[in-house]
Amino acid sequence: MNSRQLHTFFLMLISIFLLVIQSSTFAQVDTFEFENNEQQSRFRQLSDELRCPMCQNTNLSGSTGGVAEDLRREIHRMILEGMSNEEIEQFMFERYGDFIFYRPRLRAETVLLWFGPIIFLILGGFVAYGIFRRANLIAKTAVVLNDEQEAKLNELVGK
Amino acid sequence: MKRLKFFAPVLFFVALGGILWRGLYLDSRTLPSMLIDKQMPEFALGTVSGEEVTNKDLPGQIFLLNVWGSYCLPCLVEHPTFMRLSEEGEIPVVGINYKDRNELAKDWLSTNGNPFTYSIQDEDGRFGIDLGVYGAPETYLVDSEGVIRYRHVSVLDEAVWQQEFLPAIAELRAESE
Repeated sequence: MNSRQLHTFFLMLISIFLLVIQSSTFAQVDTFEFENNEQQSRFRQLSDELRCPMCQNTNLSGSTGGVAEDLRREIHRMILEGMSNEEIEQFMFERYGDFIFYRPRLRAETVLLWFGPIIFLILGGFVAYGIFRRANLIAKTAVVLNDEQEAKLNELVGK
Repeated sequence: MKRLKFFAPVLFFVALGGILWRGLYLDSRTLPSMLIDKQMPEFALGTVSGEEVTNKDLPGQIFLLNVWGSYCLPCLVEHPTFMRLSEEGEIPVVGINYKDRNELAKDWLSTNGNPFTYSIQDEDGRFGIDLGVYGAPETYLVDSEGVIRYRHVSVLDEAVWQQEFLPAIAELRAESE
């Protein structure tokens, strides 16, 4: 590789790197105005943590979908009206259900979702414990040869 | 006892596998509506043709509430079904012109035909949010008391009408008798 090729190669590498960076920080830019920074950071937090109902695997802040745009506008309105995060989340829940949350609320319908992994971990723990205990038991009761038997064994295998 | 110890985990994983297998084929794109069995949200909006309407102007019998827009291609696909339903007087259809511009909506209706008793103009999608709409087309079945009883997301064609809506309507009628 001559120096010119090397040069092009590095340029390509840098552009790919920049592309990756660009897409990972991608978010919709709205021109909402807030009265203070606290309101603005609450807006960012809420639109990061609420899921766009139309595009499914994007949060509200990263979605170009029409309904996501509308919901961001609603969040902005409710923050300016002085509603708390809980009230805003309740507003969303009443209209779009658990789906809107990346962190669903703890309810009868979502118990398995929250505690399923722990239940499986405990079950797995019991199984692992059983296996280890049995292995231990086998090791303890393993037959130990006395010197005479040992000699005979050696003779048999031709040592 | 020993056999049970061997088969219990096998059975457990077969059952778990079955549940997860089924999960692969669940339709995760259709969200359940939160408004089933709830009163239709309050509204006071203009229609596409310019009248003011509120909840008091709802049909007062079982009707369909169809969310549509002139930009929405699937709406064009389901349009003939609504035309037939309204021409044959089978059920009133109220439209919600969702996130659309008035002149485009008017054009669309005059080009393709207007099956709607009236179309509520929801230009900024605020009423849509109250209904839990996440994209056109969606169709709600509302009873004579103005209570939402069923929601279908995406195209409502003749097959969906026969298989989903007719039984649901029959149930509502049986209930009110």
